[in-house]
Amino acid sequence: MNEIATPSPAALDVPRAPALRRYGVPVLVFAAFALAPIAAAQGAEGYILSLLTRVMIFAIAAMSLDLILGYGALVSFGHAAFLGIGAYAVGILASHGIESALVQLLAALGASALFALVTGAISMRTKGVYFIMITLAFGQMLYFLATSLSAYGGDDGLTLPSRSLLFGANLLKGDHAFYYAVLGCLLGCYLLCRSVVASRFGRVLRGAKENAVRMQAIGFAPYRFQLGAYVLAGTLCGLAGFLLANQTEFVSPAYMTWQRSGELIVVVVLGGLASLHGAIIGAAAFLLLEEVLSGYTEHWKMIFGPLLVLVVLYARGGILGMMGGRHG
Amino acid sequence: MADAILRLEGLRKAYGALKVTDDVTLDVRPGELHAIIGPNGAGKTTLIHQVSGLAASDSGRILFDSADVTRLTMAQRVHRGLARSFQITSILPGFSALENVALAVQARSGSSFRLFGDASRERGLNEEAMSYLAQVGLGHRAIIPSGQLSHGEKRGLELAIALATRPMLLLLDEPLAGTGHEESERVVETLRGLKGRYTIVLIEHDMNAVFSLADRVSVLVYGRVIATGRPDEVRANPEVRAAYLGEEAA
Ligand SMILES: Nc1ncnc2c1ncn2[C@@H]1O[C@H](COP(=O)(O)OP(=O)(O)OP(=O)(O)O)[C@@H](O)[C@H]1O
Ligand SMILES: [Mg+2]
Repeated sequence: MNEIATPSPAALDVPRAPALRRYGVPVLVFAAFALAPIAAAQGAEGYILSLLTRVMIFAIAAMSLDLILGYGALVSFGHAAFLGIGAYAVGILASHGIESALVQLLAALGASALFALVTGAISMRTKGVYFIMITLAFGQMLYFLATSLSAYGGDDGLTLPSRSLLFGANLLKGDHAFYYAVLGCLLGCYLLCRSVVASRFGRVLRGAKENAVRMQAIGFAPYRFQLGAYVLAGTLCGLAGFLLANQTEFVSPAYMTWQRSGELIVVVVLGGLASLHGAIIGAAAFLLLEEVLSGYTEHWKMIFGPLLVLVVLYARGGILGMMGGRHG
Repeated sequence: MADAILRLEGLRKAYGALKVTDDVTLDVRPGELHAIIGPNGAGKTTLIHQVSGLAASDSGRILFDSADVTRLTMAQRVHRGLARSFQITSILPGFSALENVALAVQARSGSSFRLFGDASRERGLNEEAMSYLAQVGLGHRAIIPSGQLSHGEKRGLELAIALATRPMLLLLDEPLAGTGHEESERVVETLRGLKGRYTIVLIEHDMNAVFSLADRVSVLVYGRVIATGRPDEVRANPEVRAAYLGEEAA
């Protein structure tokens, strides 16, 4: 019918950016986190370790949000709810004497997944602004539920007796041990998300973001894939909540305010949407800027706000975009 | 029923007071290329939306391959072998031409909940996708981001994507829309190659293309089918001449 020769199978391989461009930034980021404790040993070690641990925990939360926001265009304004669920799973179980990390973690992940499944199935029936509003509403519901849990501290939250126990021992007690445990979780999340995004599942999710009608016209029901991604994202954010409770040894409704949900969006946009490691860079930039700026003034957001506006206006790809280190 | 692969029975749809599809009853026979022509705004695209499942019908039935598909979603109809293309190009502009088609192959393979393995490197999907691209003459453009293809190439890509769903019936909404002379020649050649291998419902304004390709022609005016028949019959039909072809000839 036409004279186009069928190309050899080798020609089917899509050309990629050089390995350095593709993997350079993530490898650097993880190497920096792996080596940071050594540098921190020079001074103010406890402070630096705790700040970086916080960065990594927020990076997990933001990365999970990037999965649905960056790759699915689902603007969830209630993502902090999962931080709260993960944290309260630890707090509530610990207050009943169940301190096993394994049990707490399973509860945190299971509860997060279930909440994501139920609220996602409902929220996903709406689009655009309505989706934003309904996820916000579910987040707020959970926030007020937490403040009313007087048995678990209500507004004031509750203090944990200790960090979760691994094999019955307090292995996560040391700051270094906990730091590397969190780093391991961050790396695990990153590799999982990377894989998901490139997988058959992730390709449908990305396709539905570009053109949902086209996806339906080739036989996909985008809803199922978006809901699946929502559940995965919620579950990973539940892990971040589990870690957050353990770091602070404290659980409170403040973990799931709508402002926190907004901050997670800011972190993802700041770092660079739909890149995954951009969420790590965004979390680092956000928390370090907060740390530095709030040293000058308690109204640090007055400085941060305009900075964010500049990033959104002039660096569409976020910090990663400015560094030229993005890849598809 | 046995002699129709697609049967529309009393199909209706209104937007407000505007009856866009007005009691359409139509048979499409297996293997035929059935053209639907009609003036701008006659309701051709709306009819395709209804048959493909993108738009719900107010009343009437759509029977496809001996089954009532009126209430099925677009995705479900695709799995039964009902594929369509769009008048206004609908592709995934950020994906390569190859991945646009490979996704349609993937949709058929039935296992898209896999979270591991790089889908863009799956040889099975890519090789089959490549064969459809080659059929529309886009083999050499496979790895170009589809948003960067020329308009005519995008029209070809639409066709390749539809073919990749392995349809029994192709609903093509103005595949020549907006193509230049040379490009439209190429698409007509492609359609000629598809004819006979697929049952095709073709909406087209290009009368040369319609009358050279179609086995039967239906004429839609104000949402009503005013005539159906062989091209020469339809061309000779006085009502059609008055309503439609007359102005073409002028
Ligand atoms: N979603 C909609 N809401 C309201 N009116 C609509 C809608 N879609 C189509 N119409 C109207 O229905 C009529 C038929 O439109 P349709 O697109 O089906 O015509 P068409 O035959 O495909 O025309 P063309 O040859 O220009 O592609 C037009 O008057 C159009 O304005
Ligand atoms: Mg039309």
